[in-house]
Amino acid sequence: MRRSLELVGLAALPLAVLGVFFLLPVSGMVSEGFVTDGRFDPGGVLEVLGRPRVHRVLWFTVWSSTVATLLAVLLGLPVAHLLHRRRFWGRRALRSLLLVPFVLPTVVVGVAFRELIGEAGPLGFLGLDGSAVAIVAGLVFFNVAVVIRAVGAAWESLDPRPAEAAAALGAGPAHVFRTVTLPALRPAIVSAASVVFLFCATAFGVVLTLGGLRYSSVETEIYLLTTNLLDLQAAAALSILQLLAITALLVVTGRLRAVPDPALARSTRRPPRPAPGDWPGLVATGLVLLLVGAPVAALVAGSLRVGDAWSLGNYRALTGEGTQHALLASATDALVTSLRTAVDATWMSLSLGVLVTVVVTRRSRTRGERRARGLLDGLFMLPLGVSAVTLGFGFLITLDRPPLDLRDSPLLVPIAQALVALPLVVRTLVPVLGGIDDRQRQAAASLGAGPLRTFATVDLPAMWRPLTAAAGFAFAVSLGEFGATSFLAREDHPTLPIVIYHLIGHPGAMNYGMALAASVVLATTTALVMLAVDRLRVPSVGAF
Amino acid sequence: MRPIHALAPLAPLVALALAATGCSTIGNGSSGDESTASPGGEPGRVVLVTHESFSLPKPLIKQFEQQSGYDLVVRASGDAGILTNKLVLTKGDPLGDVAFGIDNTFASRALDEGVFAPYDAPLPDGADQYRLPGDDEHDLTPIDNASVCVNVDDTWFADHHLAPPKTLDDLAAPEYQGLFVTPGAATSSPGLAFLLSTIAAYGEDGWQDYWARLMENGTKLTAGWSDAYEVDFTQGGGQGDRPIVLSYDSSPAFTVADGESSTSALLDTCFRQVEYAGVLDGAANPAGAEQLVDFLLSPEVQAALPESMYVFPVDSSVQLPKEWARFAKQPSDPFSVDPASIDEHRDEWLREWTDVTSR
Repeated sequence: MRRSLELVGLAALPLAVLGVFFLLPVSGMVSEGFVTDGRFDPGGVLEVLGRPRVHRVLWFTVWSSTVATLLAVLLGLPVAHLLHRRRFWGRRALRSLLLVPFVLPTVVVGVAFRELIGEAGPLGFLGLDGSAVAIVAGLVFFNVAVVIRAVGAAWESLDPRPAEAAAALGAGPAHVFRTVTLPALRPAIVSAASVVFLFCATAFGVVLTLGGLRYSSVETEIYLLTTNLLDLQAAAALSILQLLAITALLVVTGRLRAVPDPALARSTRRPPRPAPGDWPGLVATGLVLLLVGAPVAALVAGSLRVGDAWSLGNYRALTGEGTQHALLASATDALVTSLRTAVDATWMSLSLGVLVTVVVTRRSRTRGERRARGLLDGLFMLPLGVSAVTLGFGFLITLDRPPLDLRDSPLLVPIAQALVALPLVVRTLVPVLGGIDDRQRQAAASLGAGPLRTFATVDLPAMWRPLTAAAGFAFAVSLGEFGATSFLAREDHPTLPIVIYHLIGHPGAMNYGMALAASVVLATTTALVMLAVDRLRVPSVGAF
Repeated sequence: MRPIHALAPLAPLVALALAATGCSTIGNGSSGDESTASPGGEPGRVVLVTHESFSLPKPLIKQFEQQSGYDLVVRASGDAGILTNKLVLTKGDPLGDVAFGIDNTFASRALDEGVFAPYDAPLPDGADQYRLPGDDEHDLTPIDNASVCVNVDDTWFADHHLAPPKTLDDLAAPEYQGLFVTPGAATSSPGLAFLLSTIAAYGEDGWQDYWARLMENGTKLTAGWSDAYEVDFTQGGGQGDRPIVLSYDSSPAFTVADGESSTSALLDTCFRQVEYAGVLDGAANPAGAEQLVDFLLSPEVQAALPESMYVFPVDSSVQLPKEWARFAKQPSDPFSVDPASIDEHRDEWLREWTDVTSR
C-alpha cells in the first residue's frame, strides 16, 4: 500500500505535466479529425489509412529510420569506446564537438550538405543529391551523437574486471566483447537505438531538404496535410499511425532491454591510453569526424566568405546596426534568449526525468506494479513520436480557457522543449539506475537512512555521470529545437534558430552569409557549454 | 564519500536560483504584455497575430503605442499557411485582435470560415487594385504585395553568349535545358505561386502538359526557396550551376554589386501575392484593432515594408529605397487565379502536380 502511494506520489508531477502539455493537446487535435460537420465520423480516418500514398510514406519512414539507426549504432559504438574508455588529449573537446550537429538548424545543415553533394559541389559526381542515401546520411549525422553519448556514459562506469577475467581465461577481444561487454551494455544500446529511431522517424527538415521532393515521411506528410491543406482527417489518421508504431517499438525495446541480472558494478579506474587494438574505434571515429566535419567545415568556410573574399563581415553584421532590418532581433539578443530558454528546458526535463527514472527503475514486487512502471516508462517516450505541428495546433485549441489559459505563457516554449528532451534524459538515466543492486538501498535503509538520504548516497553518485550526459542532451535539444519553438515563439524574443531560418529564407548574399555565421555561433556556444558540463564532473570522477 | 555528493541534491535548487536570477525566461519577458488599463476602462493593449517574417522598426512600433495609447503585442510564428489554419482553428476565441500576413492563396479559407469582422479602412492611393476578389464585406485590407517571378543570372547568360529566356514557354525550350531550378509547389509557398502562374497561363486542363515538358527539359525541383536559390542558383550563396531560378520580383535588388544588379526578374512569368490584415471576429479590443490596421496603411509603415519584410507597399505614392527603385521592377500584368478557386482546388492541383513531376 505504502509502495503504491509512493509510486503515485513520485509520478504525479511528471504525469500532470505530460497530461496537460502533451496528452490533452494531442488528443484535442486528433479528435478534430474524427469530427466532420459536428458529427463523430471515424470512417473518414480509416479510409485515409487505406490510401496507397500513406502506405508508401509509412514504408519509407520505417526503412530509412531503421537503416539510419543501425548505421548510427554501428558507427557510434566504437567511437563511444574510444571517447569514454580511453584517455587521450582532446577527448573532451571531441565529445563536445560531436554534439554540435544536434543544435544545428536542419535548413542550414541541409544547405551545407547540398553544397557538398549538389550538382555543382565537390562530391556532386556521386549523384547523391535528392537521393535516399543523402537522407540516411543526414539522419546519421544528426543522431550518431546520441549513441556515442548515451552508450559512452554507461560504458564509462562499467566494471572492466569481468572482461579482463574473460581475457585472462583465453578469450579473444571479439569474444570478450560479444560475451561480456555487449550483454552488459545492451540496455544502454537498446535505449539509445530506440531514441535514435524515434528521432529519425520523426525527422522533418532533413527529409525535406535532402530528399528533394521524391521522398516523404509520415512527419513531412502530417506537416503538409495540416499546414497546407488543413486536411485534419488525414493528419489525425497519420498521427494515430505514428502513435501505434511507437507503442509497438516501445514494447519491443522494453523486451530487448530487460536483462536477467542488471546489477552493474561501477568502475573507479583511470582509463588507459589507446592501443593498436583500438583500431575499430579509431577508424570509426575518423569516419564520424568526416561525416560530421565535412558539412560543418563547409558551414564555417561559407560563413567566412563575403563576395569572393575571406572576411569576418558576416559575423560583424550579426551585431552591427547597418543591416538590422534583416534581423528579427540581433543574433546576440537571440543567443541570450536561446540560452535562457535552454536553462529552463534543461532543469525542467532533468527534474521530471529524474522522477520518472526513479519511478520506473525501482524493483517491482508484483506483476501489476511492474506493468504500471513499464507503462509509465513508455508514456514518457511518446512526445518524441508526435509531430510538432500536431502538438502546436493542439496547444492552441485546448489550452485556451481557464484554468489552463496558457496560450500566451512564456513558459510554453521551454516546456515544449523539455518534453522533447525528456525521453532522452530518461533513456540515458534508466539503464544506469536500473543497474544498481537494490540491496545497496536496503543496506542504506537498514543503517537508518531515510528515502531521501538513500537516494542521495546510493542512486545519485551512480547517476552523476549519466546526469551530466543527459543535461548536455537536454541543453542541446533546447538550443537547436525549431519545430515546436517556431510555432510558439513570440516576436519580441525569438531564439537563434528562428533568426537563422528567417535569414536563410530571404534573398541577399549577406543574409545567407549571416545565417551561416549565426549557425557557427550557435554551434560554438553549444560546444563550449558541453565542454563546461563535461568539466563539471571532474571533481566527482575519483569519488566513486 | 566526498562532499560533492552532499551538495548534489541541491542541483534543482541551483537551477531554481538560476531561474530566479535571470538566467531564464521565467520571471521576465511578460512585463510588456500586462494590461495597463486606459481611462475609458478599455483594454490597454492590442494584439497582432502574424507570421514569422513580420518585422517592423522599433521606433515605428513606439510611435503607434504613443499615438494610440495602446501597448502593441506581437505574436509571430509559422508561415502564412500555419497562420491561416491557426485562425481557422481558434475561430470565435481568437488569438488576438488583428491578423496580418494572410495572402491571396489562403485568404478564401479564412473568409469562408468567418474568421474576420468587416472593417472598411480608408485605403491609400493605388491600394484599391489589391483588394481580394470576392471580399465584398471588406473583411480584409491589403497591406503589401510581392510577386513570385522567374529570375535569371544575366552575367551567366552574357558569359555564355545566350539570350536569357523571357516567357514560361521558353523555360521548356531545348536551349535552356537543365538550367532551371524551382522550389516545389507542395512544399513551398513561392513554389505554389509558380504552379498557379502556370495554371493561369495554360488553363486548368493544359498546365499538366506544360509541367511534363518542363520536367523533360531537365528542371530541378527542391523542397524550399533557400535550397533552390542559395544552393543551385549561380548567383546564390552556394554558387550553384543553374542560372534560372524561381524567386521574387524584388530579388534583383539584393544582387547589386558596383551599382549594377547581376540578375533580373522575368516580368511575364509572375504571380502576385498580396498580404492582408483584418480585424478578428471576437477581438477583445476592436477599436484598437481598427487603429492598428490604419497604422499598417500609414505612409511610415508602408515606406518601411521593403527593407523590413522584402515586400512592396500597396500605397503607390510611397518612395521606394534607392536600389529597389532601380532594380526591383514589378510586373504590370501578373498572372492571377481566383482565390476561391485556389481554395477549392488546392488539394487536387497539388496531387496532380505531384503525379506529373514524380513520373
